[in-house]
Amino acid sequence: MEQLLYTAEVVVNGLMAGVMYSLVALGFVLIFKASGVFNYAQGVLALFAALTLVGIQQGQVPFAHLINAITGSHLEHFGWTVPSLLAILLTAGVMILLALAIEKLVLQHLVGQAPIILFMATIGLAYFLEGLGDIMWGANVKSLDVGIPQGISETAEAWTAQLTGYGFFIDRLDIWATVIAALLVAALVAFSQYTKQGRAMRAVADDPQAALSVGISLRFIWIMVWSIAGFVALVAGIMWGTKSGVQFSLSLIALKALPVLMLGGFTSIPGAIVGGLIIGVGEKLFEYSIGPMVGGATENWFAYVLALLFLVFRPQGLFGEKIIERV
Amino acid sequence: MTMQDSHSLAPGRHSARTTTPGPVDQGADVQPYVTADGRRIGGVLMDLRNITLRFGGVEAIKNISFDIREGEIRAIIGPNGAGKSSMLNVISGFYVPQEGEVWFKGFRRGPMRPYQVARLGIARTFQNIALFDGMTVLDNIMTGRLTMMKSNMLQQALWWGTAEREEIAHREKVEKIIDFLEIQNIRKTPVGRLPYGLKKRVELARALAAEPGLLLLDEPMAGMNVEEKEDMSRFILDVNDEFGTTIALIEHDMGVVMDLSDRVVVMDYGRKIGDGTPDEVRNNQAVIDAYLGVAHD
Ligand SMILES: Nc1ncnc2c1ncn2[C@@H]1O[C@H](COP(=O)(O)OP(=O)(O)OP(=O)(O)O)[C@@H](O)[C@H]1O
Ligand SMILES: [Mg+2]
Repeated sequence: MEQLLYTAEVVVNGLMAGVMYSLVALGFVLIFKASGVFNYAQGVLALFAALTLVGIQQGQVPFAHLINAITGSHLEHFGWTVPSLLAILLTAGVMILLALAIEKLVLQHLVGQAPIILFMATIGLAYFLEGLGDIMWGANVKSLDVGIPQGISETAEAWTAQLTGYGFFIDRLDIWATVIAALLVAALVAFSQYTKQGRAMRAVADDPQAALSVGISLRFIWIMVWSIAGFVALVAGIMWGTKSGVQFSLSLIALKALPVLMLGGFTSIPGAIVGGLIIGVGEKLFEYSIGPMVGGATENWFAYVLALLFLVFRPQGLFGEKIIERV
Repeated sequence: MTMQDSHSLAPGRHSARTTTPGPVDQGADVQPYVTADGRRIGGVLMDLRNITLRFGGVEAIKNISFDIREGEIRAIIGPNGAGKSSMLNVISGFYVPQEGEVWFKGFRRGPMRPYQVARLGIARTFQNIALFDGMTVLDNIMTGRLTMMKSNMLQQALWWGTAEREEIAHREKVEKIIDFLEIQNIRKTPVGRLPYGLKKRVELARALAAEPGLLLLDEPMAGMNVEEKEDMSRFILDVNDEFGTTIALIEHDMGVVMDLSDRVVVMDYGRKIGDGTPDEVRNNQAVIDAYLGVAHD
């Protein structure tokens, strides 16, 4: 019994870690579905969003180093701080501008090119954004606090203790992340099912040619999808940044999203969510049960091995459409 | 033919200059008239002047001019590779011709993107059916009305205010089209599961949902059996008759073309080799030559 409860706690924690992976994977899937672009820069987008959020919140002068170096001034802060909610809204605005710029400066010029070329362009974009983030906001590690509570939740502990006689250790941040992610997904589903723009987005994802013929502007849809992906990246950036600080390694969460995509399929939104949860739970359970036997630290590689197995036995993922070459 | 064209999906490659006003030539032969079966044919709706379209070294359309008149059924025929689909793609904005002018409703059309052309009221179907396979028949047809919806995103998401009324009004229109094309029983079926003939019909329904002023059909009966062809012919005639929709269609089946169309353009190797009533075209020596010894289905 004790054993079972302990396992249950591991599973719950795994699920919550998985939510983070799902969020990043979601950004990938959105862009891939709507424009066939595998966006290598999704992780850097999350980093950039988090950097911008901290910068705005703390009233940092953007490009301060650059300006100081050129003009010999000593700018650093505006001397004000911006409330979290407003800062988040402003950052969302910046992500929309970024989407506009990406479409205008990159995608528009690569229309009709092979997917590999678009993929390469997003690699370039990733490096560019990484540099831009550094120059705009500085390369130091920043802590992010938008008021999401952290630390072990006593309520959850007391509640589970009462229910099962064993108090679960659950981080409050994880609980919040789960709730926020669930709201975000619900909003996305409502958007894509019930709004004109959402339906147009699904149409473009299904058949761009046909979408054009009913009067849908691909360009508008692309900007919209990149904006949404930017917003999803912002949410992921907030969660991750709150947990472990805003620094370069944040962009590496994208690497964890890859196995999630292999599992869930590149074109399925439910796939991205379930895939993330499976990886989260699998990772924690594996570490808990097998970890001690092999010297631990299995979380570093478990996801990739699982993804590899999927690649061999079910390359389209759990939910992805079967890959059929048309002849 | 697959549409691997680069400009069709190229937003922003050309500026979205729309229309330059100007009169349409009113020659003696564009007086309105009434056909033998009582349909009214009006003035020139679409006028194509000296269109030339090249793909690299290939000249798919060579200096072609013809017009489409309000209320008529205009057929484009010709052997495989003659440039018929290319012509339709020029009209619908999927291809941008290197030379020539496109005049619509008396205005010269600047280079436009396909979605802009669609919003002018020019709807189309494709030679290789282009439907949204992941959606039901009903949802596919509804996309034909997407750009007409006016309520904002928030209202739609919350199903609130004008959004509900608007959705219901659009649904009613779509249901009428569904009844008209006799596809009630597959309304909720995902399109990917339908047989070929029905897919073609759904594609027609989606085009009709936009209540187009000009309807472009690229081989609406290709690959159908005799019975399906008869149904489709009847629908095309009814659309033209009941809604007064002007139709330009490409078709290989000569019997069908002769039965349906008011006037026929004949293309061969990118050139126009004939233009006139079905009878005129049938007796045109150049047309007969083009079709002799040319294998077509
Ligand atoms: N996107 C394109 N890129 C390059 N060449 C093209 C393209 N579209 C058409 N062509 C060429 O233009 C010519 C005319 O093709 P088109 O598809 O218009 O013919 P068609 O009359 O519709 O033939 P079919 O009866 O087989 O449908 C062909 O030589 C074709 O290869
Ligand atoms: Mg063709």
